Amino acid sequence: MVKRRYWLFAVPATVVVAAVIVFPWLFTIYMSVHDWNVSGAVTFVALDNFRALFTDQRFYESVFHTLYFTVLAVVFPILLGTAAALVFHRNFKGRGLLRGIFIMPMMATPVAVSLVWTMMFHPQLGVLNYLLTSVGLPASQWVYSTSTVIPTLVIVEVWHWTPLVMLIVLGGLANLPREPYEAAEIDGANAFHCFRYITLPLVWPFIMIALILRTIDALKAFDTIYVISQGGPGTASETINIFLYLQAFAFFKLGYASAVVLIFFALIIALSLLLLHVRQKSKWNV
Amino acid sequence: MTEPSKRPTRRDTLRVAGALGATALFAPAMIRAANAQSGFNWKRFAGQKVDVLYVKNTRADMLVAKNKEFEALTGIQISAEAIPEQQQRQKVTIEFTSGKPTFDVVALSMHVQKRIAAKGKWLTDLRPFMADASLTSPELDFADIGQAGLNFSTQNDGTLDTMPKFVDYWILYYNKELFEQKGVAYPKTMDEIVTAAEKLNDPAKGIYGFVSRGLKNANVPVWTSWLLGQGMETIDKSGNLLTATPEAAWAGELYKRLNKDFAPPGTIGFNWNECQTSFATGRAAMWLDGIGFAAPLEDKSKSRVAGKVGYGVVPPGPKAHHSAIFGDGMGIARTSTKKEASWLYIQWATNKANQLAMLKAGAGSPARNSPFDDVETIRASTFGKQWFDTILASAKIGRPGLPVIVPVTEFRDIFGVALTNMIGGADPKTELAKATEQFKPVLEKSEQG
Repeated sequence: MVKRRYWLFAVPATVVVAAVIVFPWLFTIYMSVHDWNVSGAVTFVALDNFRALFTDQRFYESVFHTLYFTVLAVVFPILLGTAAALVFHRNFKGRGLLRGIFIMPMMATPVAVSLVWTMMFHPQLGVLNYLLTSVGLPASQWVYSTSTVIPTLVIVEVWHWTPLVMLIVLGGLANLPREPYEAAEIDGANAFHCFRYITLPLVWPFIMIALILRTIDALKAFDTIYVISQGGPGTASETINIFLYLQAFAFFKLGYASAVVLIFFALIIALSLLLLHVRQKSKWNV
Repeated sequence: MTEPSKRPTRRDTLRVAGALGATALFAPAMIRAANAQSGFNWKRFAGQKVDVLYVKNTRADMLVAKNKEFEALTGIQISAEAIPEQQQRQKVTIEFTSGKPTFDVVALSMHVQKRIAAKGKWLTDLRPFMADASLTSPELDFADIGQAGLNFSTQNDGTLDTMPKFVDYWILYYNKELFEQKGVAYPKTMDEIVTAAEKLNDPAKGIYGFVSRGLKNANVPVWTSWLLGQGMETIDKSGNLLTATPEAAWAGELYKRLNKDFAPPGTIGFNWNECQTSFATGRAAMWLDGIGFAAPLEDKSKSRVAGKVGYGVVPPGPKAHHSAIFGDGMGIARTSTKKEASWLYIQWATNKANQLAMLKAGAGSPARNSPFDDVETIRASTFGKQWFDTILASAKIGRPGLPVIVPVTEFRDIFGVALTNMIGGADPKTELAKATEQFKPVLEKSEQG
């Protein structure tokens, strides 16, 4: 009898996965328990990097900044993107053109977008302060102030990624059945009732998908923040990613940075599980 | 009377074509003859290929554009790469640490990488090459290299790691028109900068007395410039931090006063480019930064203050008179297998002609002294004699603006945060004490192992 060796077909994929996913993770764990500095010797320190991390005030600040940024950079695009989807779901003249214009920010490269916004945020020469002052409003310091830097960075994120949410929700709206609306109309429901009790529950799973994607994106946001504020002024917009980048590629503390990676990974996993759980609950019960 | 025709005749055309043809034909022979005259064989390593890693800037671009000249002279093929400063420093550190750098020649910022280069034994000592007449052109003229650049290139044990290429002197740019309008004289002391800034400050008109870097990390040389006025650097010769001393606090107070009270709003996030914009648009009366901004400031298409810019040596502080200096050099990787060919390239890249070209283009101040003796260059320059005088005067009082330690970036980060906090209103003494406490173990650890 011929011995079946199906498993041989899985070897190439297994090797690739091991090389590009498993090995980097194992090596990161290995580095995280070592004092690994490019200018010095590598020594085993067990959990010292983690202990140091949990007493590092700047790390806690970066966690807070990450969460603050993430909440704002998720909530606003979700609200605005859903509203935009409801608008573009209706039939009106020029809808195609306007929808095309609306999704254009999403196609731009984050670094290029960030550079343009940086110029617009300039306190003296930026167009935003020109517009504010020309209508009698006080000028803002935008990313040049510790108190306004994160909300300002969120403006860029909202501008950039609201179209993505709109597209996801719009896809959901296009698939909604007509029957519930017809039944509701017969029962005398007004537009608000239709939205609140039919549209929103039916489109909720799609909003949840947008929410998960936006949360993951906002958590790992780096390019926009790095180009516009570099985590500053001071450390006012230093998120975990920026903190991690500095430790690894500016200070070359590879062991310490690896510990940050692991903690950050755990945070992302926890949040993703929570969101997936919520998403699971929001699925249509057909 | 009719003007004689200026149209070239056929004979003229033939004459020019003949001359060009002869030049093309005999040029290699002329180069060979020149080499023979100097007794130096540039072709000795013909056929080799040298990889060069630069930091992306005008100086590097100029050399990369002229590499063909070197290739024609030596027959050595050059593969040059120029990448932005931060990324280049990361690449250099990672590749040297890996033990197998992909480049033979590297441009280093010695004010940042001097100590790590020595500790990591990154580079080849250039002195043996220099002592070998068969490898070093008589045109090298080592005595022409300025002391400031040499200080950066020479390690404590006397090793010459790099050939100095560029020295940046920090100076005080000032808007002559604003100074005249307010009847303010150029400050004679660091304290007078404050009084001048106070008089020149006119926020209602959108004009501010002073601007300098507020962005974390980038802002540290501003503070160290003031500290040099106390005759003090941030670390003494024994490696002790001097950053929590009363002198450091005084420099911190000066930094805070100027950047908080007389600088444009948002200065807390300003790097050199935002400062340059403020000054070039006539919104800042004074600006403390490196010497290399004359070209954009004097460019009428980019600057509203072209022709009105004054260039001044940083005024003396209470105890000393110094200008903070920073320097770049070119070195050969210790692991390179083409050290001799690399040395030829470094000689060419830092020769008198290329250093003069750098000065002429306003791409920075060369490490050699001879370009500053070129009267024609100075006369023809749009920057004005004051700019050249400021360089020469600053060179005489130059002192490193950053400590020679391994964790320079971390030093700049930690103290940079303290300085931005000061702009936000924090007490300099407290902030510096906190930053010193935070940095001390980092410094101690950096010299272990």
